Amino acid sequence: MRIEVKDVSKRYGKKTALKHVTFTLEGPKIYGLLGRNGAGKTTFMDILAGHRLATSGEITIDGKKPFDNREILKNICLIKEADNFHENMRIKHIYKSYAYFYPNWDQPLADRLTEMYGLNKNARFKTLSKGMASAVGIIVGLASKAPITIFDEPYIGLDANARKQFYDILVEEYEKEKRMIIFSTHLIDEVSLLFEEILILKEGELILQEDADQLRSKSFSVTGSVDEVEKFIANKQVINKKKLANMMTAYVYGSPDEAAERKLRVEGMPIQDLIIYLTETEKEAN
Amino acid sequence: MKGQLDDSKPIYLQIKEIIEDSIINDQIKAGERVPSTNELAKFYNINPATARQGMNELVQENILVKKRGVGMFVTEHAKQILVENRKKLFYETYIVPLIEEAKKLNISKKQLIEMLEKEEA
Repeated sequence: MRIEVKDVSKRYGKKTALKHVTFTLEGPKIYGLLGRNGAGKTTFMDILAGHRLATSGEITIDGKKPFDNREILKNICLIKEADNFHENMRIKHIYKSYAYFYPNWDQPLADRLTEMYGLNKNARFKTLSKGMASAVGIIVGLASKAPITIFDEPYIGLDANARKQFYDILVEEYEKEKRMIIFSTHLIDEVSLLFEEILILKEGELILQEDADQLRSKSFSVTGSVDEVEKFIANKQVINKKKLANMMTAYVYGSPDEAAERKLRVEGMPIQDLIIYLTETEKEAN
Repeated sequence: MKGQLDDSKPIYLQIKEIIEDSIINDQIKAGERVPSTNELAKFYNINPATARQGMNELVQENILVKKRGVGMFVTEHAKQILVENRKKLFYETYIVPLIEEAKKLNISKKQLIEMLEKEEA
């Protein structure tokens, strides 16, 4: 499926959550949608899933607008951090209602994951712990088999083991049946290996959209004498730099090609670090 | 084989290196099947498409050969090709930094050679 986001802005009163955002997502792919709190990620996902309307601009899915459009919405499943389900419903009834809405619903998968996470299908949602409630969200998202499945920080309260199980199942299911998965999380180091493409929002604007491995090969640090490092970074996009005595380390986004000739030490930068630097506010950087 | 990948380097290149190392170390021999992209994706918790990219490059470089519906296999001359490639890189990757460090520490060429010979014995 193809998602086109054209010049989308969203204002809540005086606050602008998204500012003229334009990009395209296409095909079965695992996308990482990253950024700080308040960067506009949740607003974007809400509009995409037809839960909200943009103030201006438009999002289309295969050319059609999602808002109030059942034909489109049955292809999209959004799992949020909380408030996904009615408190009084039993788990089995939640599954039933999703099975009714999503044509590709995979009940055997839902059953298998329910057992894996040790959930009782007869329990009411409100009796669940935070971690168990998150597990239900994850199960529903995976079992929906929606061609566009969106996870917005889906695992509050889930411990590291349970998250690992989730990543394993995600890879397994994705390999079996490709679909578009949009994943938004702050636990970047845990999932960055799963992303094929990464989008970064900062203060309501899209500041980067790039293939994950391209990002890895283009982000690096160089260390050497202040003079040499300054010469090397003169015509480069510098994300950050720090000095110690006569040495300097600069974090650069671009090509490391000439660094070796200048006898600079080049080191790769984990995606998590890159994102921290790119989304730092001016105030924090100083 | 590595147990974990490094998030600061392209993943497909690391997958390539893992397979190359297994072939050079004789862990996987000519004619034998290498792990599938599925198995790699699951083992390392990575995106299967990324694993596939690494494997496909190895196919282009005649290290692996695809057999439809069965998997990917190590070619007859894979090890030979890889060893030749690694030899070319050996000077840059090992000798250059060795000489540089030796200079910094005032280790003479003679001393260096002595060290190497001692190692052999």
